[in-house]
Amino acid sequence: MTEQRAAVDAAGLRKTYGATAALDGLDLRVPAGTVHGLLGPNGAGKTTCVRVLATLARPDAGRAAVAGHDVVRAPELVRTRIGLVGQYAAVDEVLTGRQNLVMFGRLHHLGARRARRRADELLERFRLADAADRPAGKYSGGMRRRLDLAAGMILAPAVLFLDEPTTGLDPRSRIEVWDAVRALAGGGTTVVLTTQYLEEADRLADAVSVIDRGRVIAEGSPDRLKSRLGGDHLRIVVEDPGALGAAAAIAARVSGAEPEVDADALTVGAPVPDRVAALTGAVRALDEAGVRVADIGVRRPTLDEVFLHLTGGPAAQQDEPAHDDEEVSA
Amino acid sequence: MTASHVPHVPQIPRTPLGRLRWAAADGWTLTLRALAHRARRPEQLAMNLLFPVMVVLMMGYLFGGQMEVPGGDYRAFIVPGMFAMTMLFGVESTFTAIAVDAARGVSDRFRAMPMAPSAVVVGRGAADLLDSLLALTVMALCGVLIGWRVHDGIGPALAGLGLLLLLRFALIWAGVYLGLVAKGPESVMMIQILVWPVGFLSSALVAPSTMPDWLGAVAEWNPMSATVTACRDLFGDPSQAALASGSWASGHSVLLAVAWPLAITAVFFPLAVRRHRALGR
Repeated sequence: MTEQRAAVDAAGLRKTYGATAALDGLDLRVPAGTVHGLLGPNGAGKTTCVRVLATLARPDAGRAAVAGHDVVRAPELVRTRIGLVGQYAAVDEVLTGRQNLVMFGRLHHLGARRARRRADELLERFRLADAADRPAGKYSGGMRRRLDLAAGMILAPAVLFLDEPTTGLDPRSRIEVWDAVRALAGGGTTVVLTTQYLEEADRLADAVSVIDRGRVIAEGSPDRLKSRLGGDHLRIVVEDPGALGAAAAIAARVSGAEPEVDADALTVGAPVPDRVAALTGAVRALDEAGVRVADIGVRRPTLDEVFLHLTGGPAAQQDEPAHDDEEVSA
Repeated sequence: MTASHVPHVPQIPRTPLGRLRWAAADGWTLTLRALAHRARRPEQLAMNLLFPVMVVLMMGYLFGGQMEVPGGDYRAFIVPGMFAMTMLFGVESTFTAIAVDAARGVSDRFRAMPMAPSAVVVGRGAADLLDSLLALTVMALCGVLIGWRVHDGIGPALAGLGLLLLLRFALIWAGVYLGLVAKGPESVMMIQILVWPVGFLSSALVAPSTMPDWLGAVAEWNPMSATVTACRDLFGDPSQAALASGSWASGHSVLLAVAWPLAITAVFFPLAVRRHRALGR
């Protein structure tokens, strides 16, 4: 029953910096062997949460156990079971990739020989063997991130924390990191990752906690979160602006809700309870009314829309790498 | 589960001796790291070694012609001064190493690992002292070439070396503390600017007795001066008898050269430890 054991079990975590409550009674439970996304806007408390769980910051109140050990009472034991990959690729840029991993291995008390062997294994596994003897400072962003991940994997940790693992990476490197994270999760490692990228949470996470102002405001699988927004959405694009009225009337009939009409995009949209019935009903009615349709479909809301709905603000844009500033300086 | 790949989870030692062994091993690993930096960046090591040599040659040959040192020779006079200056400049490399690790997140990674918290400074300190020893060796060879000599035998000379390393040791804590409070490694500019007045307002390159009285008094009480003057005494520099100002500070330079570094350590060691602990707040 190891799958049911919690790798992270935190309740009522509080942490204030000056007048700001970075964590304001945060609860988090992550079953072992799963990938859990912490999703939230800048300054929501994601980084502080990871810092507390990784024993880098002491909570003011609340409790947290990671891999079965209390983060305040037994931080040393927690440290033997976790890996941390922070917002920046925290590797020594002067040393080579191999030297970095050997150093981190020795600091994990593997002993010189075992540290070397482990370094070789990890270089192979993260496809860095060819670059092993080049200084890490000369690596590309994606390679440096992979080295960073490898350094977080020295002891094959029970729980791996990734703080915005793909912030600032180009799309190709991002996919490389995603692949690496999936492979780790496939090997049984519990992964807790923070991200501002909804797509990232959608692709990687088994479950997501949406964090805003230091607390969890929604939790569940990406699918469940999406269905919280009223499930599916019918969208009709007409060819002729004159047909918008008729299309809106049909959308209202099949959905039983007030449709949104976008005259510029010639689009009518409405939330629908039953996707198949709504779609077939709409197609038939539009056909009978002789409305010429450019496009019609039913889709689930994106996590972006869920996010917007839950936090009342837009999610960060993909192309502006941003950090939880107030937390980094703490 | 890929159990075959999983290395053992290290058992944290429970005995004080076991913990000490862990701490020593971690400190050594980070010393090796710093030494590996030198090996990977020989050009930077060369720069660090040649810079003080260049200053000695510049001072000795450009200014030296106009400098009169009663009873002695200016070039021999400034060599102990530059020894101490090199120790002072060392604060920059301590600062930079600590600030770079903090800025890159390497410090956080260390703190989330099952390693001894002391290792970061122990490794840093050991590497910095080895660096200083190497720099002093190069400087001494250069000194001998331009006419500097040890006159009172090997014992006092080693005592002088000890005082120089003691000053460097004290400055490690200052460098660690400043590196932890700095906004980033770029702030080293500020340190670079600050070390010059501290270095020059001392007995390193000119005798304080030649300065305006009030300035000379400040220079004599500069911790740098204590080490420099004590070294000249211990090395038997012939100028010392003639230059003695008769002040308490110049008369008790060896005492001060021990007391000042201890005082600096007493201030900055607790500050550095507190700052390091505060990272977890």
